[in-house]
Amino acid sequence: MCLAVPARIIEKDGDKAVADAMGNRWNIRITLTPEIEVGDIVLIHAGYAITKVDEEEAQKTWELFEEIAAFEAERQKVKEGEV
Amino acid sequence: MLQRIEKARKTIEAICETVDKPIQVMEVCGTHTVSIFRHGIRSLLPEKLKLLSGPGCPVCVTDQGYIDVVMDLALRDDTIIATYGDMIRVPGKAGSLESLHRNNVKVVLSTDDGLALAKKHPDKAVVFVAVGFETTTPPSAVAVADAAKEGVDNFCILSGHKLVVPAMMALLGTKNDKIDAFLCPGHVSVILGSDAYQPVVETFKRPCVVAGFEAVQMLEGLAKICQQIADGKPAIDSVYGAAVTPQGNVTARKIIEEAFEPCDGAWRGLGVIPGATLKLRDKYDQFDALKRFGIKEVPTEEPAGCQCGQILCGLLDPPQCGMFGKKCTPDTPIGPCMVSTEGACSAWYKYKQR
Repeated sequence: MCLAVPARIIEKDGDKAVADAMGNRWNIRITLTPEIEVGDIVLIHAGYAITKVDEEEAQKTWELFEEIAAFEAERQKVKEGEV
Repeated sequence: MLQRIEKARKTIEAICETVDKPIQVMEVCGTHTVSIFRHGIRSLLPEKLKLLSGPGCPVCVTDQGYIDVVMDLALRDDTIIATYGDMIRVPGKAGSLESLHRNNVKVVLSTDDGLALAKKHPDKAVVFVAVGFETTTPPSAVAVADAAKEGVDNFCILSGHKLVVPAMMALLGTKNDKIDAFLCPGHVSVILGSDAYQPVVETFKRPCVVAGFEAVQMLEGLAKICQQIADGKPAIDSVYGAAVTPQGNVTARKIIEEAFEPCDGAWRGLGVIPGATLKLRDKYDQFDALKRFGIKEVPTEEPAGCQCGQILCGLLDPPQCGMFGKKCTPDTPIGPCMVSTEGACSAWYKYKQR
C-alpha cells in the first residue's frame, strides 16, 4: 500500500496539480508539499505528492516500469501463443 | 550497481561469520517484504542473517473487528463505502466486501475520489475506509478538512489509521521479542523523518535503518545494520537518499496532528497497543463514522486457526502455519497476510519460499 510513483509536475493551481509520469497524466494534490513548483519531480502516493525527488532517482524508477511493461507484453505474447 | 550490491553482501557475510547466533532483522514495511522476495534477497544472504516480516502491511494489521464494522455499514441502504482496493477481499466474520456483491461498495484511488462520491450522492452517507500508516493518513486528514470547509456533511471516515513507531516499541516490549534490528519503511519515513525512530534506538538499543525498495538499497541497509551490531553502536541511519530527511515532511505531520489524535486500538495479532491508532479529533465528530452511526465498540476477533498474529510479530514464518498453502491460499485466503499482496503469507506463497 505504501508504494509511491515519481512524476513531474506540469501544471499547478493552488494545492492541486497535474503530474506526468512517462506520458501518463493525472490530477494530484500538493497539499503536503506546498513548496513544489512546475517542473519539479515528486513521489506520488494515494493521489498526493509526499516529497520532492531528484531526476536521477525518478529516471531509475521510470526505466524499471518500462522494463516491467516490456516484460508483461512479452509474457502476454507467449500466453497467446504468438511466440 | 553490481559493485555496490557485492560490497554490501560481503560486509554482511563477513560480520555474520563473527557472530554466535543469527542476526534477526525485521522489515517493518509490507512493500519491503514483497521487494525482498521479488529481488531474491534472501538467496543472497548468509544463513546467519534472518529476515522477519513485521506488522507493516496496513491490510494485515487491520483488526477483523474493524472489517466487521465496515461490512455492517456496507449492508445498510443509506451508505456508500469508499475503499482502497487492498481492503476489498479481506474476510470478516461474514465474508469480504467483494463477496457482498453490492453496488454501494466503491473502490477509489484517493480520498479525493471518496469526497467526490459524497458530493455526487448527497442522499447517501459516504464512508471512507481509512486504513494505513503515516503515508495514507495525511490524505484522510485533508479530506476531512475539505469536507468541513466545503460543508460536505454526508462524508465521513472510519479511522483505522495506525502509527508505526509505537507498534515497533510494543513488539520490543514483549517477552517473545527476538528482533535485533529494524529495516525501517521508506515512504512512511518520508513523512515521519528518520528521527522518529529515536525512541527505539534510545530505549531498546536496536539499530533502525531506513531503506528504499531497490535491491541495492535494501542490501546496503542490511549491511549498515550488521555493521552497527558488530560495532555495538545501534543508531538511526538511512540509505534512501534525499527522499528521507531527519525531520520528514513537516507539513504532512502538522496536517495529521491537526485532524487526528492517538488512541488505544486493536492491531491484528498484537492486540490493543496504547497510543498506536489514530482517531479523529472531537471537532470533526460529524465526520467520524463511529459517531455518526453510533458504533460504541469495535469488537476484536481473529479467524480460528489463523496464525497471522504470530507471523506479524516475527514469531513464526508463514509455512509454520498449519493452514498455509493448504486451506489458506491467495485464492482462498483465511487471514489478511494471505489476502494482501503485501502480506508475508502471500509473498511467501507466490515466490515459493525463496
